[in-house]
Parts: sequence; structure tokens; C-alpha cells
Amino acid sequence: MRILLMGNPNVGKSAFFSRITGVKVIASNYPGTTVEFIKGSMKLGAEEAEVIDVPGTYTLEPTSKAEEVASQMLQNGDLVIDIVDATNLERNLYLTQELLERQIPVIVALNIWDDTKHRGISIDAAKLEELLGVPVVPTVAVTGQGIKELVDRIPEATSPPLPERTRDERWAAIGNIISEVQIITHHHHTWREHLEDAAIKPISGLPIAAFVLAISFFVIRFIGEGLIGYVMEPLFENLWAPLMMKLSVLLGSGGFWHDMLIGKLFDGQIDFFQSMGVLTTGLFIPLGAVLPYILSFYLILGIVEDVGYLPRLAVLLDNFMHRIGLHGYAIIPTMLGLGCCVPAIMATRILESRRERFIAATLISIAIPCAASQAMIFGLVGAHGVHYVAMVYGTLFAVWVVLGFVLNRTVRGFSPELLIEIPPYRLPSWRAVLTKLWMRVYGFLREAMPIILLAIFAIGILYTLGVFDAIANFTAPVVSGIFGLPQGAVVAIVVGFLRKDVAIGLLAPLALSAGQLVVGCVVLTMFFPCIAAFVVLARELGVRGLLMASGIMIAATIIVGGLLNLIL
Amino acid sequence: MNEKRQITVSQMGAGQSGTVIQILGGHGHHRSRGHGGHGHSFADRLHSLGIRPGKRVTKVSGMFMRGPVTLQVDRAQVAIGFGMASRIVVEVD
Repeated sequence: MRILLMGNPNVGKSAFFSRITGVKVIASNYPGTTVEFIKGSMKLGAEEAEVIDVPGTYTLEPTSKAEEVASQMLQNGDLVIDIVDATNLERNLYLTQELLERQIPVIVALNIWDDTKHRGISIDAAKLEELLGVPVVPTVAVTGQGIKELVDRIPEATSPPLPERTRDERWAAIGNIISEVQIITHHHHTWREHLEDAAIKPISGLPIAAFVLAISFFVIRFIGEGLIGYVMEPLFENLWAPLMMKLSVLLGSGGFWHDMLIGKLFDGQIDFFQSMGVLTTGLFIPLGAVLPYILSFYLILGIVEDVGYLPRLAVLLDNFMHRIGLHGYAIIPTMLGLGCCVPAIMATRILESRRERFIAATLISIAIPCAASQAMIFGLVGAHGVHYVAMVYGTLFAVWVVLGFVLNRTVRGFSPELLIEIPPYRLPSWRAVLTKLWMRVYGFLREAMPIILLAIFAIGILYTLGVFDAIANFTAPVVSGIFGLPQGAVVAIVVGFLRKDVAIGLLAPLALSAGQLVVGCVVLTMFFPCIAAFVVLARELGVRGLLMASGIMIAATIIVGGLLNLIL
Repeated sequence: MNEKRQITVSQMGAGQSGTVIQILGGHGHHRSRGHGGHGHSFADRLHSLGIRPGKRVTKVSGMFMRGPVTLQVDRAQVAIGFGMASRIVVEVD
């Protein structure tokens, strides 16, 4: 049995999903498309039922890719749980009406029930059930209220014999239902609604945005550094290092396999940042240095997302974003990029036109440092003073703006206008936040981990073969002439293609001045994204798009690196 | 003097309410300039978000410099790009 969870966007569908399903949850792409959906399972009596969280949709007449998928998935489902936002009944019932016309049993969850009272809405659920002809259960997915009753009544789901109607006929039917079941009384603006409106009015919105972003980054750094300093580093230093030292002795403290697995020893000790062995640096960088930041970044992002703040940020920034060829919603993939470029580039799919996706993905891969790079930039450049870190960020931000402006003028096609619903602020469901966090972290580990280990291994081999020295000689004029960096930095730049954070780490032993470090970090961030992001970029943009993006990347890196070197 | 005025949503002041009369040139807008994707009109999309003729709307705010307009429709808010907002005709109270 396959149960589909359907409903408008922002009706608490994912909170609902995480309430009724168990822990085993997977994300997959709908075959032949790039639209992602989430799948889980639940016990229904003695039977195990598959539960699918269908992408949010306002209508079954597809007006977007996600809606096309939603309407196709309907053909392969056995039952629909239609999740309806009780505070916005009229519009939500449109999808319900369309569902009732299909030959599939439907049960309605009247969600966000707890919010109706203080919004001055009163709904007669029993009457609604009678008029729709299918079970209607008031629920509050965030707290779990009504969920059990809904699950108990799943067997009662039916498909009333309704003919297919026109749009106007559906709205007329909805009008009749609404007049019978819903009474709206006047209510005064609550402080929450004042806060909601304040965030999209320009004068109050911009300071609020600055405040929210500043707090978010502070908390992300606090959690990230805390995890690294108090959990991961002690684990690696006290438990893993002694084990690896034993292995080092076992391998005879040298030779090919020792160099590959353990790497170089510094004063007879393993240095997790510099040894470059698969089992030392190869494990430490992704797990010890990067994972904590990925965790804390996606935790905070998930909360800000589920509270309902991001669409407001999109509206606020829409005007500015249009000048760089994007619309406000592109801020979401961009912010994801501050975590990891792989999900960020994948998230550019939410943008409608090819042109927008190209501009957004190119800008992300060039000017947005991922959590891994940022951790290393803070560690390395931060040691010389905060103003140098600010210089790196300032330069990257300027690159993002200027390059976006140029791309907007040169890339053909059009960028559609913004049209999004602004959901009210809601208390996030911890289950939904944690489910999402788990999916994202798991995705990072699955996509990035194997590539990191392979990359470190490949670097080891190339290093032994002397390939880096050859490249270093070949590219020395650019690196030292234009960027003002020593030849050793070439290795870092080449490694940067495989792994950004490791590459920045390689700048550490070169004894660079603060200015050179700033140039180095900017060049490494802008130059090719790491291989994992590169693969995703190729998948999303196609070969031609990838070649164009790469050309832009190389040109921009040389110009910006050269300019910085002249200034600093 | 009591005649009702018809203006576009982009011309409404913040806090002003009115009834949607029509959506101008809603068809084929998205098919412009070599865009190979789906050709859904923005009128259809507005419709699915609950903005359709006969509906009462209130403007919550507008961004300066032709930025998006936020409308309140029933208990939902929808942000609409300036260009689209200029094609929604309302009769203000």
C-alpha cells in the first residue's frame, strides 16, 4: 500500500510526515526529473505502508515542475492524506476538490488547527466532513494532536463520485462549502503578526535581516567550534592518534603504504592537518573539521527555514538580486552554499529559468565559500587578525555582486519575476527539523566522503610521482607573477580541485604573510570548486554550461587574485 | 465623488484594500524570449495562489524601487514581482 501526503506548500506537511513515519526515511529523485521527494513507512494495522511526502502543490493543473511531478505521482498512489491549512481553508480546498475528482480514496487532515482560534476562525469540522464526503480530522502536526485519530480513520478514506469540473465550478463549490462551515470574526493583530509584517517592510526588514543573519552565523560558529574543540579533536588526538601510531610502527615507519595510509610524520607525530594520509588527514578533515560545521550550519538553516523567515528574506532581497540576474528566492541555494556547494547547486533547481540556474550555480561555485573552506579560512587567516578574515569575505562578496551584475548583462534568456507565498511564523517541529538535518548530513557523507578519501589517496600518488613539481614549474609564472605566491602554493591550488579545505590547509606550512594568505584563500575559493561540486555542476548545467562556467571561473580568479596582489 | 476607482496593485498604497477586477495580459507571458520551459501563464499561477477576480486583497507593503509587492488574500500573504503587480487591476474601496 502506498500512501501519498499531499497539500499546498507551507501546511506542515513535513512535520506531519515525520510524525507518522518511522526513522527509516530516504530522499530520492522522481525518475526522469530533478524533483526530490521523501519516502518513509508506517504501520497500518498488521500491514506496512509506504508513505510518500509529495512536493507541495497548489493545484493538479501543473504550473511548475514540482506540480507536474505531484500530479504524476498521484497515478501510482493507493490513498491520499490531503493536508489542509485550517487557517487558509478556502485556497487549500481547491486542491482537495481536484483530488476528490480523481479515482483515489482521500482523507483530509485539517492541520494547524490550534492556530484557528486566535486568528478568529471557527470551522465546523463535522459539517465539512459531511459536505466533502470524506473523513476530516483536525490535527496539529507539530504537537501530534489528532494524528492518532487520523491514522485510525485511514481505512474510512473514500473517493466520492464527483465528475471532473471546470475551475469556476470548483471555486463555486468551495464558496458554498465555506459559507456553511467557516465563520471568521474580526481579530486584532497579534504581536507575532506585527513581527511578520515588519520583516517584509523595507525600513524595518533590512535591520531584522541583518540581525537574523548575524545571530545565525554567531550560533553556527559557536556550535561548530564547540564540537570541534570539545568533541572531535579530543576524539582524534586521544583515541585515534595512538592507534594510528601503532599502525605506523607496524608499517615500518615508512615506505609506500605508510605514506599513503599514515602520511608524513612531524617530529615523529601525526599532524592531522598536514600528514596527508588516507587514515589520518583523510578521515580528520571531513569528520573532524568539516562535519561539525555542516551539522551546525544545517541545524540553524533548518530552524530558520521552518520558522518561515526565508521567504521574507527573499522578498526583501528580490530587488537587489534582480540586478544580478536572479530573483529573491535564489538566496536559498546561495545560503545553502555556505554549508556545502553540492546541495546548493542541486537546490538551484527551484529556480525556473535556465538562465537563472546558470547564473546562480556559477556564482555559488565561484564566490560562496563552503563550511569546509570557511573553517579553514577562520583557522588560518584568523590567526593574523579578524580584519584579514573580513578582507577575504569582503572580496568574495564583491566578486559575487560584480560577477552577477556582469552575468546579468551578458547571459541570454530571461529571469522570471518573484511569485511566492509568505507563510506565517511558526514554531518549528523538532522532529521535522531533525529529520531534515539527518537527510542533509547523510547526503553530505554519502556524496562527499568517498571522494575525499579517493582524493587524498590520489594526491599521495601524484605527490610521490613528482607530478606536482612538474605542474608547479609550468604554472609558476601565473602563481608567483600574478598572485605573488610562492611555488609551493601551486600544490595547494591543484589539491583545491579535489578538496578545498585540505588545500587551504596546505597553505599553512608555507609561512605566508597575512596578505599572501588573503590572496591564497580568495584564489582557492574562487578557483575550481571541489570535485564533488564539479560533478554536480556538470550534471546540472550540462557540458556546455560547465565549460562556460569554468572559463568564467578561471578568468575571474586571475583578475581578482592579480588585483588583490597589487593592492595588498 | 463616491465612484469607485480602478488602479493596479502596484499603485495601491500600503494598507489599502480592494477587489480584484481582472488580470491583464496573463497569457503567454512566461513564453517570452527563447525560454524553452513550460508555458504556464502567470494568471494561472496567481489563480492557484488564490488571487482571482472577485477576491478582496489588501496590500501589506511594497519594496522601494519597483521591488515586489506583498498582498494579503484571506489569511495568506503572497509576494508578487512589480511587473506582475502592475497587471493586476483592483477596484479600491
